Amino acid sequence: MIDLDDLDRAFLRDLSRDGTLSAGELGRRHGLSQPAAWRRVKRMEDAGILNGQRVLVDRAALGFGVTVFLGIKLATKGRVSLEDFERAVTAIPEVQVVQHVLGLFDYRLRVVARDIADFERVLRRRIMTLPGVGQVEANVLLTEEARPGPLG
Amino acid sequence: MLDDTDRRILRQLLADPALATSDLAERAGVTQATCWRRLERLAESGVIQARQAVVDWRALGYGVEVSLRFTLDKTNPRAFDEFLSAARDVPEVVGIETFLGRVDVRLTIIARDMQHYQGIYRESILTLPHISDIEALMLIATIKDSAGLPL
Repeated sequence: MIDLDDLDRAFLRDLSRDGTLSAGELGRRHGLSQPAAWRRVKRMEDAGILNGQRVLVDRAALGFGVTVFLGIKLATKGRVSLEDFERAVTAIPEVQVVQHVLGLFDYRLRVVARDIADFERVLRRRIMTLPGVGQVEANVLLTEEARPGPLG
Repeated sequence: MLDDTDRRILRQLLADPALATSDLAERAGVTQATCWRRLERLAESGVIQARQAVVDWRALGYGVEVSLRFTLDKTNPRAFDEFLSAARDVPEVVGIETFLGRVDVRLTIIARDMQHYQGIYRESILTLPHISDIEALMLIATIKDSAGLPL
């Protein structure tokens, strides 16, 4: 693990807001030359701290008005059932995120749908038919907000 | 309005956001100039809201991620606002979501290790206002994480 200084953290804050910023622009903002800024970005990429990009889109404008988080408890457990479940659930196009968790549920899913009727279709035809699926809890997403995290 | 070309470009972009425009154009089957123009237009119309760098907290030494699900005491009409505003002040909170359902709010918390998490939980989380119930889900592994939409 590499140590970061205040400038590195400032870079991370800027880039996690706008990932398209060039090294030249980052340098100008923080009083560094373009090559010096580029070296810092490169170092954080090499260390895996800067790990690709994400694109935020207006899902509603694209026709996906509903996002639902599902908590899923498996009815049967064992190595085989986990693998079967994971293979089947990751193949569902409406399922954006699959997390294996410890607690009240075994898995957390993020599911997108066009509307509530479309969500019901996904839930009945795709989720409830997954191998080993037991109890399912659904919560409809109202708002979400990414925070900068502990970057000082 | 979006046409099939926009949708093809978006589908490829969401599947692999780090693609250079030239590769994106090739995968979407359009010229680079068309791809540029479409991306500009999608950004101007607000369909593409932002492109952000992903910070890998594990690589920064934050090995623990916990999803805390809160039920709030809704007898107080200010419960949501006051809870959310206080949660924004906790640096280890990296995500805030509100829901319609049994859960009202979910906070994603990161910590260096379990001892660090325990400290954050006791000092910064349990002291948040208007909590009526908390459930914790600890992340073991992320199996899939995609912004992809079935366009």
